[in-house]
Amino acid sequence: MAGGGAPLVDFTGVEKSYGAVRALDGVDFSLSQGECVGIVGHNGAGKSTLMHILVGGVAPDRGRIEIGGEEQRAYSATRAKSLGIRCVFQELSLCPNLTVAENARVFHPAIRGFNWRRRAGALILDKLDEIFPGHGVGAADLVQTLSIGRRQMVEIARAFTVSDSPARLVVLDEPTSSLDEHTTEQLLAYIRRSVGAGLGCTLISHILDEVLRTCDRIAVMRDGKVVVADEAGAFDRERLIGAMGGVEAHAAHEPTASRAGAASEAPIRVRIRPDRQADATELIAREGEIIGLAGLAGHGQTDALLAAFDAAGRRRAGAEVDAPVALIAGDRQSDGIFPQWSIAQNIGVRSFAAFRYGPLLSPRREAEFANGWRERIKIRTPDVAANILSLSGGNQQKALFARALGSDARIVLMDDPMRGVDYGTKLEVYDLVREEARGGRTFLWYTTETEELKNCDRIYVFRDGAIVAHLRRDELTEGRVIRSSFAGPR
Amino acid sequence: MQTAASRALATHRAGPSASRLEVRRVLRTLLPALSLILVLAAIAWLNPRVISYFGFTLMLNYAVPIALATIAQMFVMTGNDIDLSIGTYVGFVCCVAATYLHDAPLLGVAALAGCVAVYALIGALVQWRNLPSIVVTLGMSFVWQGLAVLLLPKPGGAAPGWLQAIMGFKPPYAPLPILAAILIAAIGHFGLMRTSYGAILRGTGGNATAIGRAGWSLLNAKMALFALAGLFGALAGLALVGITRSADANIGNGYTLLSIAGVILGGGEFVGGVVSPIGAVVGALTLTLASTQLLGFLRIPPDWQVAANGAILIIVLAARALIGLKGTER
Repeated sequence: MAGGGAPLVDFTGVEKSYGAVRALDGVDFSLSQGECVGIVGHNGAGKSTLMHILVGGVAPDRGRIEIGGEEQRAYSATRAKSLGIRCVFQELSLCPNLTVAENARVFHPAIRGFNWRRRAGALILDKLDEIFPGHGVGAADLVQTLSIGRRQMVEIARAFTVSDSPARLVVLDEPTSSLDEHTTEQLLAYIRRSVGAGLGCTLISHILDEVLRTCDRIAVMRDGKVVVADEAGAFDRERLIGAMGGVEAHAAHEPTASRAGAASEAPIRVRIRPDRQADATELIAREGEIIGLAGLAGHGQTDALLAAFDAAGRRRAGAEVDAPVALIAGDRQSDGIFPQWSIAQNIGVRSFAAFRYGPLLSPRREAEFANGWRERIKIRTPDVAANILSLSGGNQQKALFARALGSDARIVLMDDPMRGVDYGTKLEVYDLVREEARGGRTFLWYTTETEELKNCDRIYVFRDGAIVAHLRRDELTEGRVIRSSFAGPR
Repeated sequence: MQTAASRALATHRAGPSASRLEVRRVLRTLLPALSLILVLAAIAWLNPRVISYFGFTLMLNYAVPIALATIAQMFVMTGNDIDLSIGTYVGFVCCVAATYLHDAPLLGVAALAGCVAVYALIGALVQWRNLPSIVVTLGMSFVWQGLAVLLLPKPGGAAPGWLQAIMGFKPPYAPLPILAAILIAAIGHFGLMRTSYGAILRGTGGNATAIGRAGWSLLNAKMALFALAGLFGALAGLALVGITRSADANIGNGYTLLSIAGVILGGGEFVGGVVSPIGAVVGALTLTLASTQLLGFLRIPPDWQVAANGAILIIVLAARALIGLKGTER
């Protein structure tokens, strides 16, 4: 069946960069009518960027886009929609305050005038009946009253509904993440049926078994490139994992252990049991340890860090922490910096007690403190009294590290803090973290870059909000992390 | 980066069971009606004679402009915005009606049409530049006030005769304010809750990204919401001046707070596109009675009435928020 239909999508040499990060580095991708192509890859491989370009949400820097055999020069979301390209996004795009029927109408401008409500309701319910028999959703139900699984069913069904414009390609980005086993099977069977009827389909999933069973062809992405694309029959689980992880070069960068061996006797600082952990597995961090939290992005790592952060202030079920905590946010623009403040104020905000002068704060001590950290971790600025935004992204992140490391916190939580940070800065920060760990600080480090995990003493891999693997540093390979991150048959 | 939808999801998952949610939803739907009945009962108990055709006509006279202003505010709040200028805008419309509309009707109509266009432009500005509506409309409230003072430096003018005739009309059987309230609620409900574009407008409050992705113009939607607010605000001004017969630049100042409170009391939310036109009108009726008539019957001295008004608003909204919070928060 593969390649049998007319070509629907043809990308040649598509490139896209975000600042210094090359998200897509010359991708060739094609899809024909009546074909289902799976896309797999680890964090940051470029899957989402590729899909956003496909649905017109993101414009590529370079490269040729052909849809239905015609080159698209001014490609946009509106153009993609009129060409029949639909997408089920990972984050739900329903309006929670509208009913199911009204949400169907939002998607179909043609449904209007007298009796629109009934027609919209019939359209979405017919599709729900077709894909998910026994779904239990009513057309007049408010979306916010539906369970998350049912919302996802409505969202998926809506992408397949047809009114005036045709549906030629449906992009499904992790469509089964909130579906149970039964409804997942219903969906995969429906995908096969509609692909058989000539629809094009792209499936992104971290459950490799679903991709292997459902797709005609599979493209494996890595570092912004399609590294392998082949008939699905030519793959098995092992080959997919191998292609995602590639061949590893271990010896290049082998940091020394922060406190090898001694860790097992050190006192326990943090104990976290994720809310969705079914067994008795716990995340344990001892004094002076660097603990890595790995897995695909958004699988509960940040929740675990926030649980630890909450537990430091008060009692909290599922987490125990016995020392002061500091959090280094990953999204520094929204959660990290105070954009109106100076560099010195941004560094010192966690340590006001040290600058107190009676009831006031001493600006002199604050500046001394900030200057000390500027020297120590080489924040590149002539003056710490300048606004924080005068720093480059990497140096802003260093200021946030200085804020946490300069505080009284014995436990430092890092929520993927190296996003968008240049390589040189990263190496400096790695050294700093190891040095601080030797001094007795505990680090919990969530990172989406497997390379960074090599700085950790132990690694917990998360999937679907629970810990699925616990690796010592000497057991760590990218393959093992990927194997645990991508679920097998369920 | 959490979208509104995913936040709502998270709260839903952690929220109470479906049946308890259902009870709260029913309670929330009934709250505006229950509070109206409560206020009416209190008034009837304090002074049974007012429960009559003329009693209601007198008591609810001002409910018509307040209900219209509340509907205007509701349109703005549908899109997660707030209009702090509605009160002075109503006052400005009163001044226009008592001067131009009386002396040069064509010019007056043109001025009112211009007001609605200005509202649409404010909506465009809020959407286009991503400005907080609270700031823009706070600024506009001074603009409207200034224009009103320019137009009518001291109280005076005269409402057109036809306006006075409409507002003074005594229909058989039911008092005018009650009929008008039913009509306003019906128009608001049909327009926002039943039409297909009304669903889009409410959708922009629930998940604007999703509406934009589906190919709708968020700019048009925002302009439509603000223009509707301008239209209903103008109607509120006309209704008000029809009752008072002459105007004053400060006549509508209390309407900003009353309209916001009416929407919230009627089951609306500040964010999320959750609004109810019927609830808003009932809320406006309740607030009219509670903030003017009830205080008079309680023999609260006029000096204290403004403060008592504020206190009643806080109490009523606190009761509403208590039920609302339990329904939406984890």
